[in-house]
Amino acid sequence: MTAVVVDGPAAGAVAGPAPGPTSGLVSGAARVARGAGLGRYVAGRVAQALVVLWAAWTATFAILWLLPSDPLALLLSANNVEVDSLSPAELAAAQARYGLDQPVLVQYGRMLGDALHGDLGVSITKNVPVTQLLAERLPGTLQLSGLAVLLALAGGLTVAWLAAWVRWRPAKVLLSRLPSAGVAFPSFWVGLLLIQVFAFTLGWFPSTGDEGPAALVLPAVTMAIPTSAVFAQVLTRSLEDTLAQPWITTARATGLSRAGAQARHALRNAALPTLTILGLLVGGTVTGAIVTETVFARQGVGMLAQEAVLSQDVPVVQAVVVLAAAAFVLVNLLVDLLYPLLDPRISHAVRTPAARTPAARTSSPRTSAARTRRRPS
Amino acid sequence: MSAAVAPVTPAAGRPAGPVVRLEDLHVAYGRSRRDARPAVRGISLEVAPGEVVALVGESGSGKSSTAHAVLGLLPASGHVTGGRIEVDGLDVTRAPDRVRRRQRGSVLGLVPQDPGLGLDPTLRVGVQVAEVVRRRGVPRAAVGAEVLVALADAGVDDPELRARQYPHELSGGLRQRVLIALALAGHPRLLVADEPTSALDVTVQRRILDHLEHLVAERGIGLLVITHDLAVAADRADRVLVLSQGRVVEQGPPAQLLVRPEQEYTRRLLAAAPGLVVPGLVVPGSVAPETPGTRTRLVVRHATPDDATAGSTAAEPVLRLHDVTVDFPQPGRPALRALDGVGLAVPRGRTLAVVGESGSGKTTALRVALGLQPVTGGRVELDGRDVTDASWAAWRPLRRRVQLVHQNPFAALDPRFTVEESVTEPLVSFRLGGRAERRQRARELLDRVGLPAAHLSRLPAELSGGQRQRVAIARALAVGPELLLLDEPVSALDVSVQAQVLALLADLQADLGVSYLFVSHDLAVVAEVAHRVAVLRRGRLVEEGPAGQVLHAPADPYTAELLDAVPGGRHAAAVAALAGAGAGVGVGA
Amino acid sequence: MTLALTRPAPAVASGDEGLLTDGPDGPDGDEGRRRGRRRPLEGRAARRATTARLLLRRPGFLVALAFVVLVVVSALAPGLFTSADPYATAPIDKLLPPGPGHPFGTDELGRDLFSRVLHGGLLTVQAVGLALVLALVVGLTLGVVAGFVGGWVDAVVMRAVDVLLAIPGLLLALAIVTAIGYGTVPVAVAVGIGIVPGFARTTRAEVLRVRTLPYVEAARTGGASWGRVLLRHVLPNSWGPVAVLAVLDLGAAVIAVAALSFLGFGAAPPAAEWGTLISTGRSYLVTSPWLSLLPGVFVGLLVLGLNHVARTLEEVQR
Repeated sequence: MTAVVVDGPAAGAVAGPAPGPTSGLVSGAARVARGAGLGRYVAGRVAQALVVLWAAWTATFAILWLLPSDPLALLLSANNVEVDSLSPAELAAAQARYGLDQPVLVQYGRMLGDALHGDLGVSITKNVPVTQLLAERLPGTLQLSGLAVLLALAGGLTVAWLAAWVRWRPAKVLLSRLPSAGVAFPSFWVGLLLIQVFAFTLGWFPSTGDEGPAALVLPAVTMAIPTSAVFAQVLTRSLEDTLAQPWITTARATGLSRAGAQARHALRNAALPTLTILGLLVGGTVTGAIVTETVFARQGVGMLAQEAVLSQDVPVVQAVVVLAAAAFVLVNLLVDLLYPLLDPRISHAVRTPAARTPAARTSSPRTSAARTRRRPS
Repeated sequence: MSAAVAPVTPAAGRPAGPVVRLEDLHVAYGRSRRDARPAVRGISLEVAPGEVVALVGESGSGKSSTAHAVLGLLPASGHVTGGRIEVDGLDVTRAPDRVRRRQRGSVLGLVPQDPGLGLDPTLRVGVQVAEVVRRRGVPRAAVGAEVLVALADAGVDDPELRARQYPHELSGGLRQRVLIALALAGHPRLLVADEPTSALDVTVQRRILDHLEHLVAERGIGLLVITHDLAVAADRADRVLVLSQGRVVEQGPPAQLLVRPEQEYTRRLLAAAPGLVVPGLVVPGSVAPETPGTRTRLVVRHATPDDATAGSTAAEPVLRLHDVTVDFPQPGRPALRALDGVGLAVPRGRTLAVVGESGSGKTTALRVALGLQPVTGGRVELDGRDVTDASWAAWRPLRRRVQLVHQNPFAALDPRFTVEESVTEPLVSFRLGGRAERRQRARELLDRVGLPAAHLSRLPAELSGGQRQRVAIARALAVGPELLLLDEPVSALDVSVQAQVLALLADLQADLGVSYLFVSHDLAVVAEVAHRVAVLRRGRLVEEGPAGQVLHAPADPYTAELLDAVPGGRHAAAVAALAGAGAGVGVGA
Repeated sequence: MTLALTRPAPAVASGDEGLLTDGPDGPDGDEGRRRGRRRPLEGRAARRATTARLLLRRPGFLVALAFVVLVVVSALAPGLFTSADPYATAPIDKLLPPGPGHPFGTDELGRDLFSRVLHGGLLTVQAVGLALVLALVVGLTLGVVAGFVGGWVDAVVMRAVDVLLAIPGLLLALAIVTAIGYGTVPVAVAVGIGIVPGFARTTRAEVLRVRTLPYVEAARTGGASWGRVLLRHVLPNSWGPVAVLAVLDLGAAVIAVAALSFLGFGAAPPAAEWGTLISTGRSYLVTSPWLSLLPGVFVGLLVLGLNHVARTLEEVQR
């Protein structure tokens, strides 16, 4: 997958027009291909995204169909049939029914072909096509995730902005430590706490279910908290690095106020590295949906995943995993295509994933190794 | 261009007093008053309109802190702990940021240190300038035109094109001009220029300084220049303040201060500054260029070619590059030719200096000599042996003969290695000697480079820059090489330390007979060490010859341009005139 | 040539030397040496002492570290902190609120919740430890090999890592659990594999960074082999950020293990990991909220502590 290599704003800032080998932080893949036309660039990005998606599908196939010693036993036990109770003839029949008598590569090719035609197989426990199950469950989850992502962005931005702007030390420390707590407490526990307070004690929102917009609030907040915390951590760090840059001093020396310099010159530069973790955050909401929908008993894709794993319904698990990967790939593709518009320094750079790298980890070790420290002389 | 000569034209209705007045200013850093480290301890100065004042000092002298205090832009940990700051006749020592902000841009403008990082990388140049113009209250319709005026005033060519470009699309010199335009756009009456040109090539530096000077003369703007470079201050300032450890050591007009310094510190600073040595103020061992046809006043230590360098009849050179070409392939574009048919020879026991501005290929030449950079064409000979395409294994025994001293002493030593481990590492790599012998050798080497044996157990973080460079030199000497490759070995050091390291290199050459390939951008430094000089420009060899010849009677106009751009020239001329009038004074070190 | 031989203050890391201290006529060498001798510590010892002092000056770090150590000790030897049997049911004492005798109250079968939390800790510590060891071994190897060998090896390893990154960690873990079954070890393996890509990336980036530094080049031109450069220069200097990431990932692994057990994929009853405790307590949320909330607070504080330790280590390294 692809992502701009941004190791703190400083690294980007010094990546001037200097030719030849640049800093070791910049991945070897980061080559600027200015000659390539826009069309070719977009086509290349899309092709790359599709390859990653295919590879993710293959990895899932390998995990689910090759790892267990006996996929047949897995499939049969999902239907409450013990392998030992079957006669050899019955076993052979069952194998043939699931296509397991064929070589692995043939099975792989058949399933990949089916998936490309939109056929993700049939749920073993529910005996319904997986696509139909997804179509039923997806809208609710999309609503929930969409709201959660919006809340997360708004919350994260607010906290990060204030943490960088406030100068009173206690408030600054509190604001910069707040996201740590958001990351530390498990989201299912946070969900339970919210239910206890806002549903049971105050009675403002329904505790469970998916009836009406009011039922959306608590689960959306639950999902947004860890995401916004990660977002806030990355953005705060990035903002502070950017505010230490010489061009901020230049801007202030022309008479711009601190808030003005932060808004005009720091935020935009600081937001660039956080873009690269957007895919990760959106992918993370799918994960968040599993836990959250279980806590709030909402019939969505997350709940479907939990049920499928419990009943070892392999086709459904595979479909959900690939769906999450697709969300990640899609968001990263969009970021990829938008990035050159937002950062003029990068025309069409081949990018490598930021993803779960330190920058995404928030407390990124030495994100800003390239930062120039100016000492007073 | 002293205040007395230049017509002072203050803005209408303004008092003609100083724009900035500092009285006994104290600045300290620290989270609380208790653990505050003082950076400025009682500096007083005044800058009047049309006047150029230079603050000169080495790192840690408090010069930048003073500049930031004037602007009210000290970092969060910095405080004014005493004294008085007056801007425009107004006491702003304790003024809130609201008040200071109104003065920034309109009364005070800043030309910052590093043009590479001084501009917002994501906004077009024109947008950034327009922001300042608008804050001046210019009506919306007129902003565009005013932006172009500001850019043109700063000497930016083709302002309309530049306004649409992003900072990364501009060269360093142009970015510096844009920064000047930003400072000018608010119509300030004082420019604070914080090392405005130290990151630029010498020819660009000269043009920028000429332009700033022109602005001061033309508009009656005051200029406060912060610089580490005594030569720049000597050439450009009406008044020079020499700072050390937060205090003013000495001040006065350059013709007086830099010729008859009263303080020991100034005298030493002056003696250490290459390029300021002028006729009549002779450094022992140097030859004053008084022959007709001499182009510069640079004092070349090895001005007369000695036997070893006289001609090709002398001993076989240690290292020879024959017609070397290096291409860097670039995807989608023709390859970048870093070196184009360059031939160099390092004479045995002597120093060949390779000089050039950024992009000249001088570092590539050094890497070729080191076997780190494969060549596209040509041959490399070490001790008469062809090593052009030698593998790492074939090179390995030769490594004992060629060693490198890196430019940046702060990154050249492993932070986890003690001095002893660093110095003995080549011995370990070549499996030379036992434990005790290595330790003994490390002591000798430290002694050789002028460091006490007590430093053996120290980590790099506990050493100063000059000490680290000494350790790096000791490490390079450990295996007894014949040739040292010196990549800008003193460019990261303060001027006084620079002089000491250069002296050390000269001593080592005299005692051990090592040859040097010395890569530098600084002609003044080169004049101190080189026997022969090669000038590179955009990958081509422009000129090569004995140091005295190249630096005193350059054959190529580019070399002449480089020499002319070395700061200190005007001062030298002024002093030479004084000396001619019988006022020559010696500066003792 | 006389030189000022000593600049004792270790803070002069950035060329803070002026004429007065390093000049030919500065304080003479003898004084410098005397000053040098007066300093009790130098070199590594001084560095360690400085780091220790920096850490000790941060009360928050000490509290966080103490809590983490306490949790680990209590997980390994719960008997030190509670004498209650985590599996002994007592229907009379069921659903007691926290109070003397039962610091966390009791559950629906009258079992002491505090004791159950501490005993559940062992399962979590085992799972998290196993996951981290797995991630470290695989991730470090991949990262070092990719960063150091470079070329097509780097390309292949990193593309594989990229694909793993495309699948959100918990889902990857769920897929693995589906394939190899429930229980502490499968959960640990699943969580560990989810952490591998992050380690591989960070390690590779650090190795690449250090590899290009001048002192590595100096060692190479000093005749050192790649093996020596890797062991003596690259690994020690890349280790810091990787260690910070490891501590951070401990916290992430605690949450992931808890989430998996919350979803019902953990150890079989009556043993109960923290997530399982929170999950079963859900049914009594209205009447006995502490059943779910107290174990959750415990988990949250542990992760908070781990993150704080990681953050402090990172700041001290700078």
